[in-house]
Amino acid sequence: MKSKRGNVLVKKLDEINEFERTPVPPSKLKGAGSFWGMYAGEHTAGTEFVIGPLFVAHGVSAFDLVTGLLIGNLLAVLSWTFITGPIATRARITLYYFLEKIAGKKVTLLYNLVNALMFCGLAGAMIAVSATAIGIPFNLPMPSLNDFFPNSIGWIVAVIVVGAVTTAVAMFGYSVVAKFGKFAAPWMPLVFIASAVAVLPEIGVSSFSNFWEVAKERIWNGVPLEGQSKFTIWHIIFFSWFCNLAMHIGMADLSILRYAKKWYYGVTSSAGMFVGHYIAWLASGILYSLFLLESNNSLAFSPGQVAYRAAGIAGIACVIIAGWTTANPTIYRAGLALQAVMPKSKTWKVTMIIGAITTFAAFFPALVMRLLDFVSLYGLILMPMGAVIFTDFWLFPKLKLTQNYAEVRKIQFSWPVFLTWCITLLIAFLLPMEIYFKALPGWFIAIILYTGLSYFQQKVLEVRGKKKIL
Amino acid sequence: MKKILIIISFIGLALTLLPSFLVFASAISWDTYLLLMNVGTIMWFVSAPFWMEKKDEA
Repeated sequence: MKSKRGNVLVKKLDEINEFERTPVPPSKLKGAGSFWGMYAGEHTAGTEFVIGPLFVAHGVSAFDLVTGLLIGNLLAVLSWTFITGPIATRARITLYYFLEKIAGKKVTLLYNLVNALMFCGLAGAMIAVSATAIGIPFNLPMPSLNDFFPNSIGWIVAVIVVGAVTTAVAMFGYSVVAKFGKFAAPWMPLVFIASAVAVLPEIGVSSFSNFWEVAKERIWNGVPLEGQSKFTIWHIIFFSWFCNLAMHIGMADLSILRYAKKWYYGVTSSAGMFVGHYIAWLASGILYSLFLLESNNSLAFSPGQVAYRAAGIAGIACVIIAGWTTANPTIYRAGLALQAVMPKSKTWKVTMIIGAITTFAAFFPALVMRLLDFVSLYGLILMPMGAVIFTDFWLFPKLKLTQNYAEVRKIQFSWPVFLTWCITLLIAFLLPMEIYFKALPGWFIAIILYTGLSYFQQKVLEVRGKKKIL
Repeated sequence: MKKILIIISFIGLALTLLPSFLVFASAISWDTYLLLMNVGTIMWFVSAPFWMEKKDEA
């Protein structure tokens, strides 16, 4: 028998209405404050403790990093502001409902499954990073750069604890997630900055005037670790621009920015980019370089331990909370993705399933060690659908093509969308360049393909069909 | 009450950041830096949700 309190909880969870299949009403729109907090919290994350160190491991030089991050992050903010925001605030529907109108239910179903899987991987990496911090008091053996499988039962228990808490918070919906991000957002970057400043003397920085000299020689010295490829300024520009490709150009943040009162609230992403993806990446790189100096270039990799070395208990708390504030909205997004597949299921139940899959994914440390590749792959796979929405929304009226074709013609499967997705990815994977660079040509390829295939569908096949009927 | 909470929060943030510069300048020990940072963290999380919550509702 269910307790009264249990019934009340289930009722409360059922009442959470996230407007999955209707435009967000004006009364529910949020001011810029919610978005500054959301983006700052989301992009000062557990992954920042991994990405900054991986840049060091890939032997990027100090100049390439500082300049590359400036350019790449600026491009990312411009993408949110001028590509995602205007569409989000005009349509005010989720990415998934948008796709259903354009591509039909069956293509959207496939997209949602892929999307949910990628989100699970990303959130799983964040849970794994938090688990490295949970394990410190228990002296758990931490994974190394080359580990693929979990290396102890203790590691699995730590992951389960973090995963369960993260999922429980995500189940209560966007407002709770935004609120928590808002509380933690001002504090987290300060821990990153403080811990990096505090360890500088131990790396050899005696005053701020000799920082640059030490940075070039001992932190980002341009020499990759054994087994790691060499990164240039182009890697940094493209990685920092496209590490959230699925969110801006891929349009996943339509689901978030549809709540924005103004179209230009995409600019609030700069809080995440220039605090989380600039200062925090530099700071975590500094912390990792100290670890390398003290461990004689050890391949052991534990963001929790690195943060604990530099900031004690506050460092551990920062790793856990940073991972949490990013995993939460990511699980929430994955929940929306699956909700679109199963519209009759309650959001909180779907989120619980997603949380379980995510926690399982987090068991595997490889998700963290190959994070740069995974993040780039994740963006690339989802990007073509963003290009399809962009084309359908802006170009089709100018070309006098029918928008939301699947909805208008009541079709379940849009072959132009499906072929655009598949062919774009096929060409992108065949392009002779590293994965970090494939998305840019891929976006133009997707736009050209979708326009051409839709023109053929609507202006050739449809006209031919009408003539036959006559 | 709200003003007191805000003051506590900002002192908490200051204690999270400033000791790192003092340890960089060798003005305080490493242990003192860690202690102050932990105190600052607790002050922030104990006080901020109350006034940030109220600001949201306003």
